[in-house]
Amino acid sequence: MAIREGEVQEFTLEQLKHLVSERALRGETILLNMGPQHPSTHGVLRLLVELDGETIVSVVPDIGYLHTGIEKHCEHRTYTKIIPLTDRIDYLSPMSNNLAYVMAVEKLMGVEVPLRAQYIRVILTELQRIASHLVWLGTHALDIAAMSVFLYCFREREMILDIFEMVSGQRMMVSYFRVGGLWRDVPEGFEEAVRAFLKLMPARINEYERLLKKNPLWLRRTKGVGVISPEDAIAWGVTGPSLRGSGVNYDVRKAQPYSSYDHFEFDVPLGENGDVYDRFMVRIEEMRQSLRIIDQALRRLPKGPYITPDRKVTPPPKEELAWSMEALIHHFKFWTEGFSPPPGEVYHAVESPRGEFGVYINSDGSPRPRRVHFRAPSFVNLQALPIMAKGSLVADLVAIIGSIDIVLGEVDR
Amino acid sequence: MGTVGNPMIAMAPGQKTGELGVAVTTLEEALEWVAAWGRTRAMWPLLFGLACCAIEMMATQASHYDLSRFGMEIMRASPRQADLMIVAGRVSRKMAPVVRRLYDQMTEPKWVIAMGDCASTGGVFNNYAIVQGVDEIIPVDVYVSGCPPRPEGLIEGILLLHEKIRKGTRSGSSR
Repeated sequence: MAIREGEVQEFTLEQLKHLVSERALRGETILLNMGPQHPSTHGVLRLLVELDGETIVSVVPDIGYLHTGIEKHCEHRTYTKIIPLTDRIDYLSPMSNNLAYVMAVEKLMGVEVPLRAQYIRVILTELQRIASHLVWLGTHALDIAAMSVFLYCFREREMILDIFEMVSGQRMMVSYFRVGGLWRDVPEGFEEAVRAFLKLMPARINEYERLLKKNPLWLRRTKGVGVISPEDAIAWGVTGPSLRGSGVNYDVRKAQPYSSYDHFEFDVPLGENGDVYDRFMVRIEEMRQSLRIIDQALRRLPKGPYITPDRKVTPPPKEELAWSMEALIHHFKFWTEGFSPPPGEVYHAVESPRGEFGVYINSDGSPRPRRVHFRAPSFVNLQALPIMAKGSLVADLVAIIGSIDIVLGEVDR
Repeated sequence: MGTVGNPMIAMAPGQKTGELGVAVTTLEEALEWVAAWGRTRAMWPLLFGLACCAIEMMATQASHYDLSRFGMEIMRASPRQADLMIVAGRVSRKMAPVVRRLYDQMTEPKWVIAMGDCASTGGVFNNYAIVQGVDEIIPVDVYVSGCPPRPEGLIEGILLLHEKIRKGTRSGSSR
């Protein structure tokens, strides 16, 4: 069947026979369509669910409803102008995306980043992790009908967004990191704002935990649901809290420390059973560990430049433009033409709130990359959904989708 | 009765005021005013998010900005029960027919807010994958700029829409 533009795709059973079991063709099981507009698929995910009564026989994700063409778009932008696009890949953790991208370019060009910039990057990405986990916790709890957690989580998230707005001028799409450092130094009042957050947050995290951990409904909905074994999780390339919920100790921050993560002490929380409940507990604990890292980084925040003095990747300071012709020309060339990394390819990964977020850049020596690819953890983690969901009840599917914490912007890019 | 600016009191141009000082409109017009008042006080938006803007829409719903101040705390996941579609995020070519079908499934009267730059114009994504403004596929009543708009921005858009409904301006749904 040819698909005409502007029409919703309709399928016949004949076209789906390679995806469903034999029994569906005989009419013994039901095929159920879930999404792309569904309150609990966390965006525009479409699932083809095969049901035997209420038991799930198989789940086939249909993705691409948010395909934005970001990777292709990057090929037409200079290296600096790609940063705002990376914000919009995983829109719940723009800081992590920015970090992965700028660090990949820094690796490609061999740029040294000042220690102060590295520490501020760590503080902001860990705040981002907490903000992202708050959105996850709120919506995940909302899916399993615990409304008040949602309201609490968004209350605290506003505090983090205020800090982001303070440093970058934007609440969500920050674009704050630059190749070689930061856009600007953090403003006055930044440290106080983060300290106030650090002081308030531990009690609030305990509050969320108490609200849910002792709630029998929550326990019945999450314990023993959506189990994935460590072997399966590794085989499917699952990373992040979804992997650690199964007890596999893999965290990019520990395995390949970047941006001076090795300067800080923190634990990697692990689950045991690999069910929805363990993934929930891992994320709750991760928020606490993030607070620990922020606290250490803030205490030891060094003074110094916030961006590398390497003029190849940074524009000249604004005040210099007033008296230096060379600086003016440099400024103009920098923003119109951009800078050219040497030919070659590079991969750099960071631990985003969802897992290993990697950036692959292939450079041909021109000011625009030849190819950019993003290794999106949501995309890979989503592949484990059929394994987690097989054999569980259809009502649990919502809890399982919530527990792997996918962001469709990142799945489809 | 008799207060200035009450829409129930329509003064034709050049009309002389009578003894009472007011000219009461027809019953039909009065009912329409009441209906418009009611519509603005209990709008049910479609629970429907596409991308980044949906997170800000959730923030608008949540405790800090509290959309229920405007009688909008209920978001319906079924288009049959909703009368406002907030297109929150970029609309891809694959999603466009689905958005159109959701719009068609909503019952009249219905309104659309294009939230954010992507839904309004395509935003930063001027490429093959993104519909350059959701008004290519459905009529839009209010455009809210921003990438993503702040919750205050969305609230302003909603209030503008309320004003539009109160003034009785026809929504674009006849297009």
